Order: sequence, then structure tokens, then C-alpha cells
Amino acid sequence: MELLYIIVGLVFVNNFVLAQFLGLCPFIGVSKKTSDAFGMGLAVTFVMAMASFFTFAINEFFIRAGSQNVFYSLAGTTGFADAQKFILKNGLGEVLTTGVFILVIAGFVQFIELVIRKVSRPLYDALGIYLPLITTNCTVLGVALLNMKQIQPGGSWAEMSFGEGLVWATLSGLFAGVGFSMVMLLMSGIRERLAVSRLPRAFQGVPIAFICTGIMALAFLGFTGMVGGLKANLG
Amino acid sequence: MEFFKQVKNGLFKENPTFVIMLGICPTLATTTTVKNAFFMALAATAVLICSNAIISLARKSFPKEIRIPCFVVVIASFVTMVDLMMNAFAPEAVVKALGIFIPLIVVNCIILGRAEAYAAKNGALNSIGDGIGIGGGFMLALLLIATIREILGNGSFWETPITMAFSPQASALVKPVSVMTLAPGAFLLLGTMFAFFKWRKMRKQEALAQTLVAAAAPWEVGPEKKKEPAGEAGPAGR
Repeated sequence: MELLYIIVGLVFVNNFVLAQFLGLCPFIGVSKKTSDAFGMGLAVTFVMAMASFFTFAINEFFIRAGSQNVFYSLAGTTGFADAQKFILKNGLGEVLTTGVFILVIAGFVQFIELVIRKVSRPLYDALGIYLPLITTNCTVLGVALLNMKQIQPGGSWAEMSFGEGLVWATLSGLFAGVGFSMVMLLMSGIRERLAVSRLPRAFQGVPIAFICTGIMALAFLGFTGMVGGLKANLG
Repeated sequence: MEFFKQVKNGLFKENPTFVIMLGICPTLATTTTVKNAFFMALAATAVLICSNAIISLARKSFPKEIRIPCFVVVIASFVTMVDLMMNAFAPEAVVKALGIFIPLIVVNCIILGRAEAYAAKNGALNSIGDGIGIGGGFMLALLLIATIREILGNGSFWETPITMAFSPQASALVKPVSVMTLAPGAFLLLGTMFAFFKWRKMRKQEALAQTLVAAAAPWEVGPEKKKEPAGEAGPAGR
């Protein structure tokens, strides 16, 4: 049941594009053709799920305070007792989160690029420049950081064990990507129709795309109470 | 004087939001109030100026194949610094409202884009000027959007209610259009503003084309064309 609430929450209520304003650059840039949008959506969803997985794991073992931290055992074996106490209490500090995450994501996207190039050259050529551009996509880093927020005290996963948290983080990334891809597909369908309709010249292209996005966001506002309603009726 | 040219360039001619159309995510997400927009633009400008300076100073030492990850490392360091400073000095409500968008400055297309397009190819002083200009342009755009969104959506400016300024009866009658502070209003407003700037650009281009046509081929300019500018069309035209 919790899974249903998460899915509904990420795909509809807090849709990454329409409610949280993440991933707008590729949204406007790639959604002109449905085939492009579909491929981009798949790629971004996969990267988001995997990036959430890796960043969560790296946060747990390298950054977070506590005895599971790799540096804790490292400081123990090399005899730095004060460092060990510090890591037990503070971890490496959240300041490193941004830098480490973005490097992890950049490395992972580079790796994926090589894999896709080996496995399926046509797909690699079709995605073109957009594959390396996923690194600078706000959605990937955004979902990783939002997962971090959930394990802070006060977040929904604060009481969970590492394994549980890892599963929820990966699912979070996956369904946020699904929401992003869904909206991009919808938008590409609309834009393909807009391309052949009569519009005032000033509105053609990007302006009318934003206005349509606004109307879609207005429609998605209607999902606002859904998670609470589902919980009341099903939970 | 290249420095000042770059500053002016970033403010209007290559305005990051309305002309180059980069960095739309933070533009829409942080402009719910003018205060949030101001601090966001301040943070982004600080990161832009510092990263432009460092990348431009070290531009000869980045290997060409991995220059983008190197830029990202530099930018991430400055974003972390700015993040800590905002947590320390900015009002707490602002920091909470900006949320993850401060760390997300590291993937902001404006900063990486300017690093790649300008700082990697030009001297330090000019890159700093470019940073000031583009950051200033970003600030102008953000403040403009935030002003409209806050006044229409909340009836306030910098979180002080302004409908009270007219009369107590006015503030009872005039209810703000709260959709403007929510997501749809942002998209609709931005679409309309893009259309407005595109319309202005088209008008300027048409006026310019009229001038050129009138100067080159005066017989092409008909008597009913009232909008030809008086410049070159005078002696050569009708």
C-alpha cells in the first residue's frame, strides 16, 4: 500500500516537471517529437533510478555519521581514535553531498554512455547529445537530494533501516522518472499538433509550449488531495 | 572596456532567461516571492562570478576531453560554499523556501554554459565581467517575474502586503489570484513573457528590414506603409 501512495505521489501529485519545476530544460528542448521524447524519457528514468541507488548507498557508507561509515573502520585500523569519534558523531558532513553526488552521477552517465555505445549503436546515435546532457539534468540530482531529505529526522524514512531505505530510494527515483517521462510524452503529442496549427507568430514555439505546460499543471493541481484520500479510503 | 561590454551584454542582449533561455528550473521555482528570488539570484551570481574567475584563470590546464567534469568540480565547490553561507546568513524562511535549488545551482545550465562558452576562452577580468553581467541579467529576470507573481498572487511585495496601502476596504475586496504563486501561474506567466519578448524582437527585425528595403529599393516601399522609420528612408525613399 505504501508503494501505491509513493507512486501516486511522485507521478501525479508532486510531478517532477509540473509541480516541482525540475527537468524543464530537456522538457522544452526534447519534447518536439514523440520518438525523441520516448527515448529520452527511458534514458532519464533509468539514470534516475540507478543514480538514486548509488547516491543513497554512497551516502550511507561514506558520508553519513555512524559506525557503518567506511572511514570509521579506516580510522580505527590506522589508529586515529579522535577521527573515529568524529565520524561516529558527524560523518563527513553534509557539505560533501553536493559535490560527491554530482561526480557520482557524471561518472555513471559516462559509464552508461559507453555501455549503450557498445550494446546498441543505433540507440546511441539516436540519443546523440542528449545522453551526456542527462548529467546536468536537474531531475537526477534533484531526486538524489530529495531522497536525502527523507532520511533526515522528520522525513518519512527517518526510522527505516538501510536496506529498506535503499529500496524506497531506488523506487523513488524510478517513479519520479516515470512521472517525468509521462509528462514529456504528453507534451510531445501536444506540440506535434501545435506545430501544424495556426498561432500568432509571437507565440509559436517555446511560448505556446509553456502556456500548454501551465494548463497541464493546472490540471495536475487537481490531484492535490489524492494521497490523503487514498490513505483515508484504502489505508 | 571589454569588461563593461560583457557586463552590459549579459544584462540585456544575452539575458540568460529571456534570450538564451537557460536555467528555467530555478527561475520558476524560486520566484514565489521577491525575497526568495533576490536571494536565489544573489547565490547564483556569486557562484557564477567565482567559477568564471577560477575557470578562466586555470583554463590552460584543463585537458580537453574531461574539461566538463573539471568545470563541475570547480562549480560544486563554490556551490557548497554558497550553500553554507546562505544557511548561515540568509533568513531561515528563505533558505527553507529555496530548498534543494541552492545545491541544484551546480547543474544550472547558465553556469556550466557560460564556463564552457566564455570563461574557458577568455581572460579573468572579462570573465568576471561576464559573470556580473549574466548574473545581473538573471537577477533582473527573476525580480521581474517574482514581482508579478507576488503582487498578483499574494497581494504583497517583499512579504509586506500592499493592498493595505490603498485602503482597508480595498484589501477586503481585492483578493489575490493565488494560482500565480502556484505552478501553473508560473508557466503561464513565463509563456506570455516569452511571447512578449519574441514579439518585440520581431517588430525590431521588421523595422530593420523596412529600413534596408527602403534604402535599397525605394520603389518597393508602398505609400500605405506607415511604420517605416524616418532614418534612411527620408532622402532615398518616398
